[in-house]
Order: sequence, then structure tokens, then C-alpha cells
Amino acid sequence: MISIKNLHKSYRMGDSSLHVLKGIDLDIKEGELVAIMGSSGSGKSTLLNILGMLDSIDEGEYLLDNVLIEGLTETTAANYRNKFLGFIFQSFNLINYKNALENVALPLYYQGLGRKIRQAKAMEYLEKVGLKDWASHLPSELSGGQKQRVAIARAMASQPKVLLADEPTGALDSNTSNEVMGLIQQINNEGKTILVVTHELDIAHMCKRIVTLRDGVIVEDQKVEQVIVENHV
Amino acid sequence: MNSLKVIFDFDTWQEIFGSIAKNKTRTVITVIGVLWGIFIYITLSGAAKGLDNGFEREFEDMAMNSMFVWPQRTSVPYAGFKVGRYPRFTISNVKDLKRQIPEIQYIAPRNARGVFGGTQPASVVHKEISRTYNIYGDFPEYTKIATKKIYKGGRFINEGDQRNNRKVCVIGERTQEELFDEDENPLGKYIRINNVYFQVIGVHKYLEGGGFETDGDIFIPFNTFRNLYNTGEYVDWFTIAAYADADVVAVEKNVKDVLKKIHKVAPEDERAFGSFNIGEVFNRISGFANGMTFLSLVVGLATILAGVIGIGNILLISVKERTKELGVRRALGATPGEVRIQILLESVFLTLVAGIVGIILGAAVLAIINLATQNQSDFPYTNPTVPIPLVLGALATMVVLGTLIGLIPAQRAVSIKPIDALREE
Ligand SMILES: Nc1ncnc2c1ncn2[C@@H]1O[C@H](COP(=O)(O)OP(=O)(O)OP(=O)(O)O)[C@@H](O)[C@H]1O
Ligand SMILES: [Mg+2]
Repeated sequence: MISIKNLHKSYRMGDSSLHVLKGIDLDIKEGELVAIMGSSGSGKSTLLNILGMLDSIDEGEYLLDNVLIEGLTETTAANYRNKFLGFIFQSFNLINYKNALENVALPLYYQGLGRKIRQAKAMEYLEKVGLKDWASHLPSELSGGQKQRVAIARAMASQPKVLLADEPTGALDSNTSNEVMGLIQQINNEGKTILVVTHELDIAHMCKRIVTLRDGVIVEDQKVEQVIVENHV
Repeated sequence: MNSLKVIFDFDTWQEIFGSIAKNKTRTVITVIGVLWGIFIYITLSGAAKGLDNGFEREFEDMAMNSMFVWPQRTSVPYAGFKVGRYPRFTISNVKDLKRQIPEIQYIAPRNARGVFGGTQPASVVHKEISRTYNIYGDFPEYTKIATKKIYKGGRFINEGDQRNNRKVCVIGERTQEELFDEDENPLGKYIRINNVYFQVIGVHKYLEGGGFETDGDIFIPFNTFRNLYNTGEYVDWFTIAAYADADVVAVEKNVKDVLKKIHKVAPEDERAFGSFNIGEVFNRISGFANGMTFLSLVVGLATILAGVIGIGNILLISVKERTKELGVRRALGATPGEVRIQILLESVFLTLVAGIVGIILGAAVLAIINLATQNQSDFPYTNPTVPIPLVLGALATMVVLGTLIGLIPAQRAVSIKPIDALREE
């Protein structure tokens, strides 16, 4: 599903340049649930942003579902993101003046789907994350865990090939973190490929594979025994 | 998604309302800028139109290219005459004026009592009622220069009345009201004017404006007037109409020059004759109204422009504040084009709403002014309206300006990369 070879990324800061990713090789097959670990500043978010076509590659190759991702215009990148990728952020990034249902329906709007279909689909995914009854609530009326579940429903709604989650539990307490991870496992069990950036080891162990970054290179890449979360949803 | 679909999509508008409603106070403040501009434009240009209409009504019974000329006192000694002479016009002047000034279409010499110069109005008696009214000696031509609406069944003075010195008169609405019973038809009845019996041949309808005439005036044939008041060849003043294509100012000057020669008045004596040129006055007034229309256009446009720039500013701030939101939208698949059109539509929508509310308020104010001035005949103000094309033009201008100004925040919104927009602070 994802294949990157010899990926390099530097940030220019004034005169100097910061080499963040120094030759990453990574293959992720369909249906995998991969945790990306590493200390702060090791380049986890940078890698995820590149995979999410939010950032460009300096050197190397990136194939998503056998499509070479290269030299994209903003518009094609937007269309690819819309079709292939779902994002889950640490700070949820829900739109505060839209209710849960409208937030979930937003990527479908950019897919050009009709209103009725959008609403039906959005409701379907809200139900999947157990928030059907909260459809008309604004984000400010939801708890952190509920917000993240809405965000997951939103990421799922456009039926992407890959879900990219940057510290999805970073802002949640351990109980709610487990809830969210349980949901991610459930989605993964249905066949979705998911990448989760985290620096919590117990969260990483709820995945099936852990990739560890240090100073811009992969220092460890191992399959793990998945800790199954009791599904609270 | 193409842009047309975006415009007609309910969610596009939900997006726009959502973002507008989020900043209510600021939205209202900016909208007020544009609203004020269009309001000023509509009220001012409507008022200008009202003034224009009003002046037109004021003079509607007079030919546009007509004038009055009357003698005053000489101010320059000339040809052996001392200063302060009163050069009285005579009936023979008509022939000279017509012969020497071909631009003149009609001349109506007039005499009057009770109107100017401390003369006594006529005392009029019918049955037991006795009143005084201003009285005019007129030629039939007078109605060619100043329209006299005569009530059904009656008529104005004609050639026959003039030739035969008939003792006939046209009376005013008020005269009829005061002298006759309500159900009494005055036509054919006799009234006594200065102890002479006159037969009523018509009742004239009083028109508002039109200078010194009133609703009580009595008109009798010029020759009859001469006999009644023993005025001989003398004429109080001339009412003159030039042909439609003539230069009324030049004709006015020619008329005075000819009269100066006849009456041995110094050519440079500006005070010997007075005149009032309706054509010139009307031109000046409509020039004033045009100027006001132009001014309202300039002021209105400038205010609208300032308001629209204000909207652009607010949108710029709101785009800055919504950086994160726009980043989320881009991550979810919004293309730069979709973001751009959303900001543009917000701008156009705000401008348009402000414009429409401004137009409605302006129209309401005009309607109130209209109501307030409707029954005031002494205030020259009628039907203050703004032509629909001008209103539509103003709206179109605002859509264009709203689009143009919206381009700035829209461009700013798409110039921020989604990754920068999403970066956690
Ligand atoms: N746009 C940028 N410009 C310059 N430097 C950047 C930029 N983005 C990231 N960096 C730098 O690149 C390095 C890697 O950043 P990255 O965000 O990928 O780290 P991370 O592994 O996600 O860390 P954390 O666990 O704290 O989120 C950091 O040193 C960071 O300062
Ligand atoms: Mg990070």
C-alpha cells in the first residue's frame, strides 16, 4: 500500500539547513496497523506529513497504492488527500461552528457528493463510532474522547485507503486513549491500513508493528503481539 | 467541483453563514459601511430627482422657453430724458418686436389690477356677495404661452371676444366657490365687475406654482380691460414665448434692446426693464439637480468603496484567524480553488446584503420624505425616485467591487500551505 525508498527531507532555516529525514525505507502492506515511535524531534510528524502529501520530498520515492507521488500541484494533492487519505490529529481539528454530523460530512462535500448522501453517510460513520445521538452537538459540547471519535468518523467517511494519525491520543487520558485505540483497532480489523504516530509505548503495543525513528533514520522495525483493547464503544 | 455548483450548493451557503455568524459584531460593523454608502447614494440621488420633478411641476403650465418683460425706472440719462423715467410699454410694441425678432413665436401683452404696484383689485359682485379679485386683461395668445386649464364646458378668451370688446370673463375656482352656490353652474351667469356686468365663460383650474397667479384670478379680454380701466395703448408687461429651438437668453436680450430703442432708453441702462426668463431659470435648476445627482453618485460610490474595502479588511483578518480551519479543510481535500471561491462568495454576499438593506432603507426614507412633502405645494419636491437601472447598476457595482476586494483575502487564504496552517502552535 505504501512504499518509500531512500526518503530525504531537509528544512531550510535562514542560511543553515536542518536534515530531518536521512534516507527512510519503509514498506507498509494493506491492512497493517503501524505505530511510529521516536523521541521528540526525531521526524515522526515530518514523515507522516510527507505520507499525507502535505509536505514535499527532497529526495527519494513515494508510492501510494502503486501510484508514484511526485511533483503534485496543490489541487491534485488536495484531490488525492480527499480520495486516498484520512487524517486524525492530536488536537482533533474539528470545525467549531459545525456540529458533529456536519464535521463528518465535510470531506464528502469536497468529494462532490449530494447533500442527502453526505448526511446519510456521515450518520452511518457517526453510528460506527458510537456517537449517533450526538450528531447535532457542537464540538464544544463534546468531551475530548468524543471529539476524537468524531474526527475518526470524519477521516473514515471518505473511505480512504490509509488513515494517518499523529498522536491521536496525545491529548486524552488513558481511559479515553484506550477507547480511541479500540476504535482504531476495530477499523483496522475491517481491513483499513493505519499509521499511528505516538510516543507512548502502551499505545504502540496496541498496533501490529512498531517502527522507531531516531535522528531521521529508522533504527528499529518489528512486528509485535497486538494488545487488544476491550471495546468500550 | 465546478464553481457554479459551489454557488448553488446549500452547504456553500452554510459554510458562508457559519463563518459570518461567528463574527457577528464585526460583520455588522463592516456591513454598515457599505450599507451607509448605498443608503446615501439612494437618498441623495432620489432627493435630487425629487427636486428636479418638483421644479418641473412648478413650471409645468409655462412654456419652457418663455419670459416676462416689464418696465422699471431708467437709471441712465439719455436723449434729453432725466433718470427715473418710467418707460411704459404700448400695444404697438408688439408689432415692432415681432418684426425685428423672428425667434419670437408668441407675444401676449397683459394688463392687470391688484397684482403689482399698489393697484386696486377689481370689486366683484354676484347677488348679495361682494368680493375683490385680481383681474387681468389678456389676449387669446396668452394660453399658448401659459396653459390655462378651463373646466369642462367653459373656454378661455377668444379672438371674437377681443374684436367685439365683449364683456366676458374667466373666473377662478375660488371665485366660483365664493360667489356662486355649490350647485349653481356659473357658466353664462353674469357678475358685476366694477359695476359693469360680465358674462362668465369659463372657470380656470388653478395650477400650483406658476408665479403670482392665484385661484381667484379673473381674466377678461385685453380690449375690454382697456375700456374698463381706461388704459389706452398702455401695456403693463409682455409675456413672450420663443420658438423651441431659439436661444432664450439671446431672445431676452434682443427684446430688451428693441424696447430700449423704441422707448429711448440708454443702451447700457440695465435697470430700465425687468425680465424673468423661465427657460434660463429652469436650465439653472435642472443643472443644480444634475449636479446633485452627480454629487450623490460620487459621494455614494466613495462611501461604498470605503465600505467594501472595510469588508475586505475584515475578511483578511478572519482569514488569518481561520488559518487552522482552512488548513483542516485543505487536509480533508478542499482544493485552493474551492477555498478561494468560498472567501470570494463571503465577500460578495456581505456586500450584496449590505447593499440590499441600504437600498431598502434608502427607499423607505424617500417614501417618508414623499409622504411629508406630498401636500405642500410651496415646496418644490415631487416623486423622489431612483430609476431601477441605477439601483441595479449600484448592485452590480457592489458585486464587482465585492469580488475584487474579496480576491485579496482569498489569495491570502490559499497562499498559506496546509502544512503551515495545521502546525500546532
Ligand atoms: N517547517 C519546519 N521548518 C523547520 N524545521 C522544522 C519544520 N518542521 C519540523 N521541523 C524540525 O524538524 C525536526 C523534526 O520535527 P517533527 O515535527 O517531525 O518531530 P516529531 O518527531 O514529530 O516530534 P514530536 O514528538 O515533538 O512531535 C524538528 O527538529 C523540528 O524542529
Ligand atoms: Mg510530531
